[in-house]
Amino acid sequence: MAIGLGCTARPGKSRDNRTGSWRVFRPEFTAEKCTKCGMCKIICPEGCIAEDEEGLPVPDYDYCKGCGLCAEECSSEAIEMKKEEK
Amino acid sequence: MLEIMEGSHAVAEAVGYCRPQVIAAYPITPQTHIVEALADMAANCRIDAEYITVESEFSALSACLGASAAGSRVYSATTSQGLALMFEVCFNCAGMRLPVVMSIVNRALGAPLSIWNDQQDSISLRDSGWLQLYAEDNQEATDLHYLAYRVAEDHRILLPAFVCFDGFILSHTYEPVDMLTQEQVDGFLPPFRPYQKLDAADPISFGLFASPDYYMEFRYAIDQAMNRARTVIPEAGKVFSEMFGRDYSGLVEEYRLDDADCAIVAMGSICGTVKDAIDDMRNVGKKVGLLKLRAFRPFPVNEVQKALKGVSTVAVLDKNISLGSKGAVALEVRDALYGTQIPVYDFIIALGGRDVRKKDIAAVVAHAEAGKGDTYYGLREEVLK
Amino acid sequence: MNDEAACVLFDSGHRACGGCAAAMAARLILDAAGKDTIVVSSTGCMEVFSTPYPETAWNVPWIHSLFENNSAVASGIVASLAKQGRKEKVIALGGDGATFDIGILCLSGAFERGHDFTYICYDNEAYMNTGIQRSGATPYDASTTTSPAGSCSSGNPRPKKDLPAILAAHGAPYVATTSIAYPPDLKKKVEKAVRTPGPCYIQIHAPCCTGWGFEGEKSIAIGKLAIETGLFVLYEMENGVVTKVKKVVRKPVEEYLIEQKRFRHLFKPRRNDAEIAKIQAIADRNAEKFGIDIKLKK
Repeated sequence: MAIGLGCTARPGKSRDNRTGSWRVFRPEFTAEKCTKCGMCKIICPEGCIAEDEEGLPVPDYDYCKGCGLCAEECSSEAIEMKKEEK
Repeated sequence: MLEIMEGSHAVAEAVGYCRPQVIAAYPITPQTHIVEALADMAANCRIDAEYITVESEFSALSACLGASAAGSRVYSATTSQGLALMFEVCFNCAGMRLPVVMSIVNRALGAPLSIWNDQQDSISLRDSGWLQLYAEDNQEATDLHYLAYRVAEDHRILLPAFVCFDGFILSHTYEPVDMLTQEQVDGFLPPFRPYQKLDAADPISFGLFASPDYYMEFRYAIDQAMNRARTVIPEAGKVFSEMFGRDYSGLVEEYRLDDADCAIVAMGSICGTVKDAIDDMRNVGKKVGLLKLRAFRPFPVNEVQKALKGVSTVAVLDKNISLGSKGAVALEVRDALYGTQIPVYDFIIALGGRDVRKKDIAAVVAHAEAGKGDTYYGLREEVLK
Repeated sequence: MNDEAACVLFDSGHRACGGCAAAMAARLILDAAGKDTIVVSSTGCMEVFSTPYPETAWNVPWIHSLFENNSAVASGIVASLAKQGRKEKVIALGGDGATFDIGILCLSGAFERGHDFTYICYDNEAYMNTGIQRSGATPYDASTTTSPAGSCSSGNPRPKKDLPAILAAHGAPYVATTSIAYPPDLKKKVEKAVRTPGPCYIQIHAPCCTGWGFEGEKSIAIGKLAIETGLFVLYEMENGVVTKVKKVVRKPVEEYLIEQKRFRHLFKPRRNDAEIAKIQAIADRNAEKFGIDIKLKK
């Protein structure tokens, strides 16, 4: 790897760090309860909740740290934190 | 065109011809005439630069850093306390490989407060990764700015540069200076072509932090660039010489050194006095010569070894003192001559603007030849009592 | 500005604590500002968790120089862009340490000179990255490692520095406070600041789960309590005049304090009524000054 002159870097490299490995609890999404308000996607500090064509949340478990904010803030209780078995 | 000019004004004109896009500087004696002259040029549209009246030197260099990263050629100037305040930013600029050029109008550091000349300020930043060039007279002070931009911005180098010249002695004196024209400078110094820059069309991150796994390699890379400067500076100096007839192709300059028994090593305006003193000594048969250092960083090791090969005594004039040790130039000359038997004597001289006359140079030579060296020259015993 | 792009402008894989409000702020700020933005970060949590070489989470041009000079670096960038005829917006981003304390010289200078940029402070009320030491933004009685609660101290002895007022006094055309607890409010204010010419200031209240002592999932809940108790007021100032204030049905400060370890000493081993009353008085003064109380009809 050529060194970035003056300690610079191009975009995209943070994705090499799969922060999903940090997780103890994992958010489980229940589509039937989801009102598609989009709040979980907006507030996720990792930015790892995407949206499918129907507007339902699609979590990226490679990066989800299991912080629980989405479950805490979901107004329709459609997200539940479950202890992850590894 | 030959004009009688105050050093500061000559430098300001030269900087103007270099077409900086952003100038950020904080006034400090004895640099003030430079920044005032540039402000005047900007106010009269003689230069096309954004002139930022920053609130401190720390901000001055920080603003230059930002502007350089965004893709502009930049300029600042400072001295002494101002440079000390910029300490952190200096290391940052060099580490980020931004080719900022800054005039250092050499002045002593407080305490005690002094506005007068010595070279402690720039020398105290010798570890920082900035190229350091020292001028003997106003002509050289002027010309070295063109050289500094060209070398700093060279993609083989990409290091910031100090152009150092002695405060008051050069900055506030009038000497004949042959000013180049805008066309001539444009022919020597092409427009700034950044290696990388802040640009939404091609985003990069500048200034990441480096863990122990990476930090050393970044520092080594700067040293490699410093090494390349040993050839890039003479290369640029040779082009300048061919274009304009003044030769800055040497990291050092020799004066009557060929058959010298005693060599004086010095930097900056003191070299003018030394040359005159040498002429007087030569007239009565003393074989003395001068090795003038034009570049202090990178330190011209090979040139020093080659130039001093045949001498029997070396007297180094240090307008600085690394308190608790020796003068910086002597330490580096000794290192260059390691392995030879040539005695190198360190003379701490002219600190805080104390005047140096030809007779003082003769006295230094006499001291060195009598083996009496590593001393402060000219201490006033009556003050010490 | 679609949210897919927001995910992309500040990317996953950064090393912030789970539930980090600063990370939320970074995403929301870039969503509001867009890709034609140059970000100047100070040393601090956001810089450290986003850029360990060779990784960077920033997909906009980004620069970090020192702890205290992001405003000065931003000044230089703005000048350079003007000279080059370029249109990118410049946002200087700093924590409360960089903004309130060590960087205030550069901040004051940049605002006095009137450069066209936006300064955004993510205010987690202490020097978090170095281990939770107090700053000028640390609220009264908060326990930090350099203002710890102890047998002869009830924590930080000074009130929060009123930096928005200081910068409004510099003639900033737009100054606003907001919170990650209210993402639409945050984005609206950032958008407004970025499009307002001149130096604008946004202070984002960013509850720090690690530094304040609560679970990461509660970052937004805690943030809301800060506003609902009146200890942090959401308002806008235009040319020095307060124009908009978020009104609340006020809750007693206790409901906010008791949730955080940094205020635990006010409750255990015994309630410190006198100090809680002082904090309530701060909230009451804020309420009075800004008129935040919703008057309920009896």
